[in-house]
Amino acid sequence: MPEPVVSVRNLKVEFAGRRGTLVAIDDVSFDIHRGEVLGVVGESGAGKSVTGSAIIGLIEPPGRIAGGQILLHGQRIDNLAPEEMRRLRGRKIAMIFQDPLTSLNPLFTVGEQLVETILTHLDLSPAEARAISLLGEVGIPAPDKRIDGYPHEFSGGMRQRVVIALALSAEPDFIVADEPTTALDVSVQAQIIALLKKLCRERGTAVMLVTHDMGVIAETADRVAVMYAGRVAEIGPVRDVVKHPLHPYARGLMGAIPTLESEADRLVQIPGSMPRLTNIPRGCAFNPRCDRLIDRCRQDRPDPIEPDPATAAREHLMAGHRVACHLYEPRKTGAKQ
Amino acid sequence: MNAPAPLVSVRDLRRVFDVSRPWLNRVLEGSEKQFLKAVDGVTFDIRKGETFALVGESGSGKSTVARMAVGLLPMSGGSVTIDGVAMGTGEDSRERRALRKRIQMIFQDPYASLNPRWKVERIIAEPIRAFGLAQGADLVARIGELLTLVGLHPDDRTKFPHEFSGGQRQRIAIARALAANAEFIVCDEPTSALDVSVQAQILNLMRDLQQRLGLTYLFISHNLAVVRHMADRIGVMYLGRLVEVSEGKRLFSAPRHPYTRMLLDAVPDLGMTGRQRIAVAGEIPNPINPPSGCTFHPRCPLASDRCKREAPQPLDGVACHAVEEGRSGR
Repeated sequence: MPEPVVSVRNLKVEFAGRRGTLVAIDDVSFDIHRGEVLGVVGESGAGKSVTGSAIIGLIEPPGRIAGGQILLHGQRIDNLAPEEMRRLRGRKIAMIFQDPLTSLNPLFTVGEQLVETILTHLDLSPAEARAISLLGEVGIPAPDKRIDGYPHEFSGGMRQRVVIALALSAEPDFIVADEPTTALDVSVQAQIIALLKKLCRERGTAVMLVTHDMGVIAETADRVAVMYAGRVAEIGPVRDVVKHPLHPYARGLMGAIPTLESEADRLVQIPGSMPRLTNIPRGCAFNPRCDRLIDRCRQDRPDPIEPDPATAAREHLMAGHRVACHLYEPRKTGAKQ
Repeated sequence: MNAPAPLVSVRDLRRVFDVSRPWLNRVLEGSEKQFLKAVDGVTFDIRKGETFALVGESGSGKSTVARMAVGLLPMSGGSVTIDGVAMGTGEDSRERRALRKRIQMIFQDPYASLNPRWKVERIIAEPIRAFGLAQGADLVARIGELLTLVGLHPDDRTKFPHEFSGGQRQRIAIARALAANAEFIVCDEPTSALDVSVQAQILNLMRDLQQRLGLTYLFISHNLAVVRHMADRIGVMYLGRLVEVSEGKRLFSAPRHPYTRMLLDAVPDLGMTGRQRIAVAGEIPNPINPPSGCTFHPRCPLASDRCKREAPQPLDGVACHAVEEGRSGR
């Protein structure tokens, strides 16, 4: 298997507060390969955005990376000096945020912002020509005229296209897209998703797509990680996780989402809500809400492992599906991977 | 089975907002007054005990309809009649005051719709006090009863809103809406601010309460899947007009208006059925200066010359020339 573009190993992020240290991300690991979209899904407070911020080096104090490693093409980037990280950001790693209005500078035309980004990273002389071709590529009509427009002259969807053009301008290897379509209407969302997917496939860019919307994940991602209370509950190929979720939380989550196909009269209801970071239960963080609780769940914290072969065969799971739940551990005593 | 009489009748409802620049700017720049037709001739009925949903993208006017239905916003034209009493224009009659009691609203953001400096008991008691329904020990008992009804504990009444999660706050908002025995509840995006697992709890609760108390809902949402789950009948809005009204499930199995079809195709395919979909074209035009004729025509694959000239009138639940002329292929 080729080397992953991004590799996150046992990442731990802490926030120091007056009442002690909060662990926002605890022992999170995953890889993202070339041309692959990893969807990271979870409810508010699951730690999905913090994971994204950690990778691009934008965790602000009092937060800090307290453990683990982040590798870009096999090189550690979590311990770089701020100046080195700044050079990497934009060039190798780009970001797309939720609100396109706040990620663009309202005082400059979109052309000026694109040209600045291109010149900072690539040192290309016909930067403006490249800016125009980028705008055309992201589907902005009449790019040679629109390039002189200010962000407020664009609609929400068009603005997000400009942000995508900005992110792609230095031809990064990796993009973190944090809720890129959440502020958009559903018809515009569909267009932006299709665009993002197409561009990344063509260029082989690896993408980490952070969202709370399972539908967007099903549509866009190749693999998906379901996060709960700062940990990965389940990770695997998107079809597997959406169609055959294993973790009781992932199962509940899938059943809780109304769809255009379901015939169910009532939605699956997970009792309670996500614990606060000050108050994460011992053992498996999901245990107080779980309907398949066993004694071990209150004491031992499960790690994401491949489910036992019997389950994998029964559910027709593909390789690379891992779940952090005691129910799926191989029967052999203490056989941990 | 007889169709029950409509509880709510909305007829040719209109709302125009004046979005002109200030007077001095207009004089200096020589610009005209500008008006935005947020709601442009909307007509529908809601039967007693059913859920009628309005769905549409931002700027379609669905929230404006909701606000006019409860009387939070004056109408520019048309009428809203609830149980035989005309709302809105003219003097407040005694009948209308009695009717007010039976109408309540649930808002999108439970962080903004509850007064942070009031305890839960005061929040829930407000409608009860306003209508003079109970006091003293009866009031306390009633508050406890309402909290139990929405899945909270009677002891929660002495807490402040910040002590609750988003979903619990929305439960408090529901308890407040039910406090004066309301029958007709207007819900404006009641779960849009909530996480999906919490959304499921609230949607289930709203359905249970509807069955137990015989409530009638006007349900506003941009989320088609949520609307499909909740509604008996659905109206689809586009740029202030109702383009299609249909029985709940039928809208999804047999959408007729081209905009409805486009909207359905835009919903991410969570079931991963791989259904064939047409890519979405264009964006919602500026409502201050909407296209002529049928406002959807610049994005519509079926648009003809007639669509550019003439606004279609609703016929059998659909306002579309192509459907009327049998050119829609369905």
